Amino acid sequence: MEMLLSGNEAIARGVYEYGGEFTSAYPGTPSTEILQTIARFFKDDVYAEWAINEKCALENTVGASYGGARSVAVMKHVGVNVAADPLMTLSYTGVGAGLILVSADDPSLHSSQNEQDNRCYGKFASIPVLEPSDSQEAKDFIENAFEISEKFDTPVLFRITTRISHSKGLVKIGERKTVEHDGFERNPKKYVMVPAHAAKRHEIIIERLENLKKFAEETPLNRIEWGDKKVGIITGSVAYQYAREAMPDASILKLGFGYPLPMKKIEEFASEVDRLFVVEELEPFYEEQILAAGIEVEGKKFFSNFLELNVTRVRNGFIEAGVLDGKPVKIENKQLLPRPPVLCAGCPHRGLMVALKKLKVYTTGDIGCYTLGALPPLEQIDTCLCMGASIGHAFGIEKAGKTEKKAVALLGDSTFLHSGITALASTVYNKGTTTTVIADNNITAMTGGQDHPGTSRTLMGEETHAIDLVQLCNALGVEHVRVVDPYDLEETTNVLKEEIDRDATSVVITNRPCMLFPRKIKDKPYTVNLELCTACGACFRVGCPAISGSEKKNDKGKPKSEIDPAMCTGCTICVQVCPVDAIVELEQE
Amino acid sequence: MKNGTTNILIVGVGGQGVLLASEILCEVAKIMGLDAKKSEVHGMSQRGGVVTSHIRFGKKVYSPLIPEKEADSILAFEIAEGLRWIDELKEGGTMIANSQRIVPPIVSTGKFDYPAEIEKRIKEKVPGAKIVNAFAIAKNLGNTRLVNTILLGVLSQSIDLEEKKWLEVIERMAPKNTGEINKKAFLEGRQQ
Repeated sequence: MEMLLSGNEAIARGVYEYGGEFTSAYPGTPSTEILQTIARFFKDDVYAEWAINEKCALENTVGASYGGARSVAVMKHVGVNVAADPLMTLSYTGVGAGLILVSADDPSLHSSQNEQDNRCYGKFASIPVLEPSDSQEAKDFIENAFEISEKFDTPVLFRITTRISHSKGLVKIGERKTVEHDGFERNPKKYVMVPAHAAKRHEIIIERLENLKKFAEETPLNRIEWGDKKVGIITGSVAYQYAREAMPDASILKLGFGYPLPMKKIEEFASEVDRLFVVEELEPFYEEQILAAGIEVEGKKFFSNFLELNVTRVRNGFIEAGVLDGKPVKIENKQLLPRPPVLCAGCPHRGLMVALKKLKVYTTGDIGCYTLGALPPLEQIDTCLCMGASIGHAFGIEKAGKTEKKAVALLGDSTFLHSGITALASTVYNKGTTTTVIADNNITAMTGGQDHPGTSRTLMGEETHAIDLVQLCNALGVEHVRVVDPYDLEETTNVLKEEIDRDATSVVITNRPCMLFPRKIKDKPYTVNLELCTACGACFRVGCPAISGSEKKNDKGKPKSEIDPAMCTGCTICVQVCPVDAIVELEQE
Repeated sequence: MKNGTTNILIVGVGGQGVLLASEILCEVAKIMGLDAKKSEVHGMSQRGGVVTSHIRFGKKVYSPLIPEKEADSILAFEIAEGLRWIDELKEGGTMIANSQRIVPPIVSTGKFDYPAEIEKRIKEKVPGAKIVNAFAIAKNLGNTRLVNTILLGVLSQSIDLEEKKWLEVIERMAPKNTGEINKKAFLEGRQQ
């Protein structure tokens, strides 16, 4: 049977079919749907959980693997940075049952703060990298990955990109097969990485890499499609699809096993073709290794090392290289009307942004929906680096002592739990007097509404303990923790002002849930009394998508506002900023 | 139909039902016995941003993305988005646009204008473009969320598959308890 599956759904299916028993992840675009799919369709056979962060997700997965379960950790590319500490030494210990680390990279930064190429982690940690090129391979390669992991006693880096994760294709479906493994067994020389043991393990890792190189030469994961021998192309991941379509007659060496490279196979392939090219997204990962092996090859000269490739960019590269006829197609920037993403109508972060703007402070930001407050008209977020960084940023600016305006740290509940707790403890310990605002909407919102350790529900839908943020902050040593209603602008502004002025570490927590997740919130909508509206524009400046300019103008020709009743949730932020009380509850029939 | 692949580009604004429409198209390709791929980006685009979905079907589909200027059809759920993407249409391709305007909040801050005379500009580029007021039709049917199925109905005229099969797929894929009204909406679109 065939099903139309996204790469993420296909990976979930693969984990189910090939005997996966334990999965752990922290949500992050484009990887999130993998565990959601497992929890939704396969939870009777495969355990799935949201860990508090990626480091925890990988460590839990390692434990499960040591304990005899085929296990998978899933994260976005930057999540692997968080998990890099366990990853680098996991390479030394090897695994119990098969262990896969899925890294979902995001070339073109569709929803990320950078476009790092995580194949580099494979080389860095001396572990094999598998790179599926479509949904079918995303499912099939899970079987290969488990087998390679168990055969070579190594974690396997399963590297996908947004285009693999979120493209759908037809996938042949099979039955679940399971493999028996024993539970944890004491083996200190393998599992206890003190220097004496680890030094020995490093030797084993080097030997393992040699064995993996031999495997790379033989595995059908790397295959040659012979065609015209004037042009030979080495490619992998979704770039294979672009290259195949752009150059239908060329010979292609398709790499499904992207590290370590099958250098003999590459040498033979190179010797058969007139000109050899590498087509790969982002870093010259294959290209540099092939060049280092003394094989002549061209790549990044024609195929850029930033943003996603596509058929047109690949064709253009081959035209420029002089091996394809035709004129390059200009890729146009589709400027016409910007549609920047905005905070939803009724979003509880809006009141917070308006209050912070009023107080004229710097806001060190973090990773989450509130980062949208960096865009016009709010323009209230001043830094955004990585998960949990906001707290350290505000602290560092204060300690540097050269900035007159105060800096307030702003992050969400899920991000705070992910990696803000340690930063706040550090601030208290080192006598920072900054204010941290936790925009607590009781969900991981930006990635589509996932539970976390503060929401009282697990990914599998069970009730569980919810962390109390106030108690937690108190326990870290923050004496001044205030909870405010972000729909009440005056209260929010006043409390923020008091805490910002205070000469001690403080925390302000907002208490309204996300209006989208877990369920849509919609109160009575509001409307604009056009008789009273003076077209001053104050309500436009809160950046609500439900508010727009109406046909009615004031005497200077400026548009009065109107509110879309279908979108308005009745949060009343616009009501509170209107200087002439023109925004009133809509009388419904 | 380069290399026998049909390329359909659906464009719109977050929340308009672009993704469901593209799912339905892929199912249609599947029952036609064809290979199919589709690609779109989730994430930031859900918050009122531009949404595009690439649907490709044929004997064997490689890239999940349509190469530049090779769309056989563009189905625009919003008129300005139709104008934004119109150059992706190959020569002689089919352009279908919903006349509905969705004005982003950034326009009311006065920093940008919503483009003028869009229908005229679309017709200048593609004289045979079909502009349909799907929003009004949906409103008449009593549910503005039907815009996507109406537009699929319009597009279905240029795809070689019998009506019965389309209706089967729509029945199966429509949200709970909306099968009948979605089929009705599809048929309305098919008559435009």
